[in-house]
Amino acid sequence: MSQTAIKTDWDFPAFAGEGHHEVGFIRTYIFSTDHKMIAKQFLAMSLIFLALGGTLALLMRWQLAFPGQPLPGGGIFPDTMAPGGIILPEFYNSLVTMHGTFMIFFAIMPLLVGVFGNLLIPLQIGAGDMAFPKLNMLSFWLAVPAGFMMLASFFVEGGAAGAGWTAYAPLSADGEFTGVYLGQQLWLGSLFILGFSSIAGAVNYITTVINMRAPGMTWFRLPLTIWALFVTAILVLLAIPILAGALIMLLTDQTLGTAFFLPAEGGEPLLWQHLFWFFGHPEVYILILPAFGIVSEILANGARKPIFGYFAMVLAIIAIAFLGWIVWGHHMFMSGMNPLLGTTFMFTTMVIAVPSAIKVFNWLGTLWKGNIHFTVPFLHAAAFVSLFIIGGLSGIFMASTPVDIHIHDTYFIVAHLHYVLFGGSLFAIFAGITYWYPKMFGRLMNTTWNRIHFVGSFIFYNLAFFPMHGLGLEGMMRRLYDPTQYGWLAELQPWNVFITYAVFALIAFQVIFFLNFIISMWRGEDAGPNPWRANSLEWSIPSPPPHGNFERIPVVHRGAYEYSAPGWDEDFVLQNEPPSEEAVQ
Amino acid sequence: MSLLARGGAVLLLLLLAACGTEYPQNSLSPHSDFAETIHQLYVSIFWWTMFILAVVWIILAWVLVKFRAREGDEKPRQIRGHLGLEIGWTVGPALIVIAIAIPTIQAVFATQRPVSEDAMTIEVTGHRFWWEFHYPEQGITTANELVLPVDRPVNLRLGSPDVIHSFWVPKLGGKRDVNPTVAVREGEDPKYNWLFFTPQETGYFYGQCAEFCGESHAFMSMRVLVETEEDFQAWADRWRESPGALPPAGPEDPEDETELEMAGVPAQADEPDQLEIGDDDPLVAMGRDIFLNQATCLACHAIEGTSAQGDRGPNLTLFGERTTLASGILENNPENLAAWIKDPWAFKPAAAMPGVDYDMQGTAGYWPATALSDEQVRAVAAYLLSLK
Ligand code: HEC
Ligand SMILES: [Cu+2]
Ligand SMILES: [Cu+2]
Repeated sequence: MSQTAIKTDWDFPAFAGEGHHEVGFIRTYIFSTDHKMIAKQFLAMSLIFLALGGTLALLMRWQLAFPGQPLPGGGIFPDTMAPGGIILPEFYNSLVTMHGTFMIFFAIMPLLVGVFGNLLIPLQIGAGDMAFPKLNMLSFWLAVPAGFMMLASFFVEGGAAGAGWTAYAPLSADGEFTGVYLGQQLWLGSLFILGFSSIAGAVNYITTVINMRAPGMTWFRLPLTIWALFVTAILVLLAIPILAGALIMLLTDQTLGTAFFLPAEGGEPLLWQHLFWFFGHPEVYILILPAFGIVSEILANGARKPIFGYFAMVLAIIAIAFLGWIVWGHHMFMSGMNPLLGTTFMFTTMVIAVPSAIKVFNWLGTLWKGNIHFTVPFLHAAAFVSLFIIGGLSGIFMASTPVDIHIHDTYFIVAHLHYVLFGGSLFAIFAGITYWYPKMFGRLMNTTWNRIHFVGSFIFYNLAFFPMHGLGLEGMMRRLYDPTQYGWLAELQPWNVFITYAVFALIAFQVIFFLNFIISMWRGEDAGPNPWRANSLEWSIPSPPPHGNFERIPVVHRGAYEYSAPGWDEDFVLQNEPPSEEAVQ
Repeated sequence: MSLLARGGAVLLLLLLAACGTEYPQNSLSPHSDFAETIHQLYVSIFWWTMFILAVVWIILAWVLVKFRAREGDEKPRQIRGHLGLEIGWTVGPALIVIAIAIPTIQAVFATQRPVSEDAMTIEVTGHRFWWEFHYPEQGITTANELVLPVDRPVNLRLGSPDVIHSFWVPKLGGKRDVNPTVAVREGEDPKYNWLFFTPQETGYFYGQCAEFCGESHAFMSMRVLVETEEDFQAWADRWRESPGALPPAGPEDPEDETELEMAGVPAQADEPDQLEIGDDDPLVAMGRDIFLNQATCLACHAIEGTSAQGDRGPNLTLFGERTTLASGILENNPENLAAWIKDPWAFKPAAAMPGVDYDMQGTAGYWPATALSDEQVRAVAAYLLSLK
């Protein structure tokens, strides 16, 4: 692949679909091997699960605000869940468990990794597709049955898993304790299958990024999204097998009479916690690194300036991913860990604050003296920075072992994790969807409605989750079915009611987003190839890109963040734009 | 976008306001050495984080306002980085991390220092969904309300026969998981967790199981009563000399015993209840008879000084002195108690106690319904409340 052999003087081709054999409906929309279609399939799937997870959250919030009162329209639930519309404690536990599970494994993870990984990797590195398109298809078609299996567990005898999304043994290992047998087994099986989907994806991403970069696309010209997704894929590849192993052990404890985690027969329940969190903390970064990438991309685009400290940003991603492997014990400070070991985990955990701070300050540096355009994606990205920092700082409280003694398993944790996963990941996802929607569908989303969605989400998100910090410090524990059982919490009940109303409003604004998302596919303004006037390769081709993406393999001449380069008329230059005569280097 | 900054300020005020008020399970008002250490650390981290938050938010808000695109703006200059600044914001946070880590490490070793010699050991057992407290030195067993003498170091040995629980009394500082400690290999001791602290003020403290342990996890609360040394000793003496209240009401009916045996309950050796009459309320007498002779209660519950010596449920000695019922979720009064005895699952689904109306199958084995009339339930409640 010598660089000189490639024709570099090409102009935008108008070639949608040209030169490719026609494929039937099924091959195009269902069993497609086109990475863009697979990205859209993942998008559809994970948005559906996001909506489902949100609905489960609504049910929980109803119970927390109005315990013992029948749910409006709750009559549709069978008596095993909510007789007369009143949510039963075991159903509540299933709600807690399944809300976490769906949101983490079936919404945020596929949104970040499945959607943006599939969509962006070939487009931004200048490849025609993934390295293994069929494996890619398999990855999606493993995720779907896994989702159905998870969903089905609500309807089996005993209901869905109710041991928490962390499924701590022995509670999860013996149906005797929860009354859930088959539901827990389906939960384990579903995540096991989903794991293979993730591994297939990760193998593909890693191979594609290493081998299929266009000529001139050196590692340090890659957009930060690609760096983030690449490092994430490595985390997925290494972390998921650990989870899979643990899941199998728990499943055999449940079904075959082994006793890995059952103390009554000599098993060790703490082993589950170690395995789960050894996977679980890298998982946290699987859910946030791609968000870092997306946000970097969009902040630079909004500010019309190169990213500040590109190299440091890459190093910070790598450092966070590396440190992520040696901090899992911070989830187990309460488990009776040796103080010396606890202190080690405390320290490694706090050290992550350093690369995180580098990222935050580099983002601020990127905006500094920029020419900031408040596009909708930019608004979400800026919100990400302001909210992620709250989640990061509350993390310091938890990292400090003695302070964690107080806040462990209280609403402070609930607040923290929602600041990281909603204020962080999900706002980045909104940024990403609104940014790349035109590339996916060729049309722009309606900006006015998008702005309304942003403002509403930002306000009600904070109103819903910020007070949880306070509730946690007051001693309100998580996984609490009925707060009014406790006298002092009953006094604080107005806060719970307030939070519930905020969540209702928050969800109402998400409905706006969903409608906008769907309607804009037909009614949106035509986007053109480069609506955001951005630099990376996907913006050099039509929206949506044709099958095979690039007519000719593009040749890359510069990094992804050459905004406002002197010597060009525009304040952006595509990465594959040949160097102009006048351009001063 | 200055909205951000303003919103932040309001929310911060809210947080501060929330910290100021006294709620029973508030973690910000320490009443033991342990809690005090943590509290100081908390306060220092709080101010560090507020400082960082303020810096980032102010810069962010200012940058967003100041550098927003305006008509006719020039292209911004391309700034790719600044070595000095970048080193600064790597080293700065690193120093803050160290500034937080050092007191943290000190606090870790202060709260987990070796137990002092004179500490009183108490064996805490977390059951689904109640707490058992055994005082080996005093030979006392009680449940759900832990009585401690003030200023005496206590060392809690935490164990559980079923799943993981977590012992947590915020104002006294501790939260530590109560891991299952059953069935260990021969020659090995169960791996107990320990929690060591000294309560520094008398008072009434709220506690809670903090590790999800099943349906009724949310209803697994507790109380800690810190008393003066004299009061504590008096309580211990009362416990040991507990009369089990009232002598038996007439000779026991042998038929009842066979019924009990059929229900899987071993007949108790007849110990003469040697104690004086404290209260001869006929309702109490009737309740005592039912508790000890007719219902299955004594298979699970123990009352010192009586034939009831079951150990599957809370020890009910001095139950009348308890302020709460069913691990701290109900006020201990005749109505609540009667309601609890009739139908525990109405308050605590999956609790290991059968009600009077239904049979129960659980980890503790099979338990038939107790089949008592409302009148009888009231009598049992009156009896239990007379245990002082
Ligand atoms: C199968 C064993 C079993 C039987 C039989 C049983 N109980 Fe219980 N009981 C328990 C358990 C276990 C608890 C703790 C439940 C919880 O709080 O989760 C309990 C709790 C109680 C409490 C509250 C104790 C406290 O510390 O707050 C009272 C009072 C009580 N039982 C009374 C009775 C009476 C009266 C009877 C007979 C009618 C009875 N129990 C029969 C197992 C039993
Ligand atoms: Cu972690
Ligand atoms: Cu619990």
